[in-house]
Amino acid sequence: MKFIDEYRQGDLALMLAEQIERLTDQPLKLMEVCGGHTHTIFKYGIEDLLPRNIEMIHGPGCPVCVIPLGRVDDAISIAQQPDVIFTTFGDAMRVPGSKTSLLDAKASGADVRMVYSPLDALKIARQNPDKNVVFLGLGFETTAPSSAMTILKAAKDKVENFSVFCNHITIIPALKAMLDSPDLKLDGFVGPGHVSTVIGTSCYEFVPRDYGKPLVVTGFEPLDVLQSVFMIIKQIVEGRAEIENQYTRVVTREGNKLALEVLFEVFEPRDYFEWRGLGSIAHSGMRLRSKYADFDAELKFRVPGLRIADPKACQCGEILKGVKKPWECKVFGTACTPETPIGSCMVSSEGACAAYYNFGRLSKIAERSSAN
Amino acid sequence: MSKLFSPTPLFERVERARRKKHKFRDTQITLAHGSGGRAMHELVEGLFLEYLRNPLLEELEDQAVFEIAATATGVVGSGNNGHAQIRMAFTTDSYVVDPIFFPGGDIGKLAVNGTVNDLAMSGARPLYLSAGFILEEGFPIADLRQILESMRDAAGEAGVAVVTGDTKVVQKGSADKVFINTSGIGVIESPVHVSSSGAQIGDKVILSGTVGDHGTTIMIARGELELETDIESDTAPLNGLVQAMVDEAGKALAFDAIHCLRDPTRGGVATTLNEIASSSEVCIELDEDLIPVREEAKGACEILGLDPLYVANEGKLIAIVAPEIAERLVKRMKENRYGRDTCLIGEVKSEPRGIVALRTGFGGTRIVDMLVGEQLPRIC
Repeated sequence: MKFIDEYRQGDLALMLAEQIERLTDQPLKLMEVCGGHTHTIFKYGIEDLLPRNIEMIHGPGCPVCVIPLGRVDDAISIAQQPDVIFTTFGDAMRVPGSKTSLLDAKASGADVRMVYSPLDALKIARQNPDKNVVFLGLGFETTAPSSAMTILKAAKDKVENFSVFCNHITIIPALKAMLDSPDLKLDGFVGPGHVSTVIGTSCYEFVPRDYGKPLVVTGFEPLDVLQSVFMIIKQIVEGRAEIENQYTRVVTREGNKLALEVLFEVFEPRDYFEWRGLGSIAHSGMRLRSKYADFDAELKFRVPGLRIADPKACQCGEILKGVKKPWECKVFGTACTPETPIGSCMVSSEGACAAYYNFGRLSKIAERSSAN
Repeated sequence: MSKLFSPTPLFERVERARRKKHKFRDTQITLAHGSGGRAMHELVEGLFLEYLRNPLLEELEDQAVFEIAATATGVVGSGNNGHAQIRMAFTTDSYVVDPIFFPGGDIGKLAVNGTVNDLAMSGARPLYLSAGFILEEGFPIADLRQILESMRDAAGEAGVAVVTGDTKVVQKGSADKVFINTSGIGVIESPVHVSSSGAQIGDKVILSGTVGDHGTTIMIARGELELETDIESDTAPLNGLVQAMVDEAGKALAFDAIHCLRDPTRGGVATTLNEIASSSEVCIELDEDLIPVREEAKGACEILGLDPLYVANEGKLIAIVAPEIAERLVKRMKENRYGRDTCLIGEVKSEPRGIVALRTGFGGTRIVDMLVGEQLPRIC
């Protein structure tokens, strides 16, 4: 496939891996923030190619993984109300709330439909004027602009039976919270790719400036990730800590101005938003501005809005921060599996635990665990 | 490679938990129970088998194979020593595909080919089919006519006859347009013995062509994606291809060299190979670069974040065969119109048991696990 195969060449990967090995033998921990990177790392077996002194920590950038139990319960409660068609991206269907998932709610009779875009949800709303169509807004600045655009379109066309249950989150406050965490020991970041197409690279400048860590904005193909690892380690070896952009084919320093304007027009930051495993983080969530209150499902429907603590056995928080490895969690692979996830890191294929479980059980990672 | 695959304490712990028989605890049917992945296995083993258990069903193959004895006074059930034994295969399958018409075929063609293939995968020559129709009130006769034409043509090509049937009509909304069930019976005339538990260490894995064509076609035909491609369903009868393989094995005096035969339908190549790895207690090692995927299927899967290895096929087979005969079979299969792109995609190793491992084209390794439920598109 043109424009894809070029980024998946095994021979180039081997060359890059050798260059990385030649740079240093000092042990280094790098975090990839994005769930998409975690998926790439496991799908292509990149950890097999990296020298043993380089350890990848899988960060909190999987929006499906960090949605707290209480919010999933709220979504299910909306879906179960009469005359509601509840629409969502596919992988949010299986996320467990405190008791059930949207998939279970669907089986029990709720009208839950998978869509590929919020615009599809708006289309369903137009086709079903006697129903209330709700879209589960989920994700970072990557998916938030499409929710915002859809709300603008609904407002313009006066599609009054459409609303969004907004769980959009922003990456920068979460990154700051992680960096402020005293138990975090990281040497550098594989920076978000798709988020950065929207927010640009300049907003990461606090990472090297205030925390002295390099961050390289990275694409999602396997060669992108390897090249980025090379760039981060090169910075460390040369004593630099800077923002670099590996993903220049789509990411600019300023980001996508149009998308940012739309985000600002429709959303405002919440005072606090809860992240599964990480707890409450100030200004990390988005909600609809009062101007668009008619399209806010949280106002339109009565939701329980309960805060539900993560299960005790679950160590998602430590895993998201990279303090613990998935297999160091007592329930990993035994009580907590992709079929019966306890923690949300096991739900989405981009979650660190599910990725280890599905793709990585065999490889070097496991070898390391036995060595540790 | 072997270094990477050394079992470790972590791996052992997880594998132990995986092998433990789970008690079936689900309280209602969800779509995951029908998706061919682990949820469906648990439903079949934890519920259906619980109530309907018998030695033939326990095999959990796509068809039951049994022997009947022909006597002067007629045909009696198995166990009658001293009489000529006939080996038979019997199978059933229901078809609920949406849309009912799609590029490359329709629900009727699928219903005939699917059951023909389930019979063929035991090495049987398919003989007779039944067809049961559940029709929704209001369904156009013109559409039914078109479906029946396809069934007639497909049966003709496969050399089978639909000899019995049933029709039910349900109220509008109680079914979606048309559902078809077909059962089939066939006779196994050669001394081949294939089974999902037959894979042996050192065996080669043969795949009869590109993967993911049918599933991708259906996803695109549903029109939700607004993609336009030339891709078509691969639905086809594979009994001719299997016959060619059996002939070739016979010529080599090695009927017993064909160990497993499966058509990787729902759940795709990944699910089928997982079932074989688990039943045979072996590791199946695949080479990603050797698995043929059409550009269009690759592209559609790329957009959706799906893996073609898990996407359904309706005209492909996987054979696990002794290494001595592998090349010879591939050559013969390539001569068949439904096996032109046949190739070797991997081999059977001893450890770690029950696992399908993939050498990625990028130079790494990963496990190809059984799907939990439906493959869902990823958010970003």
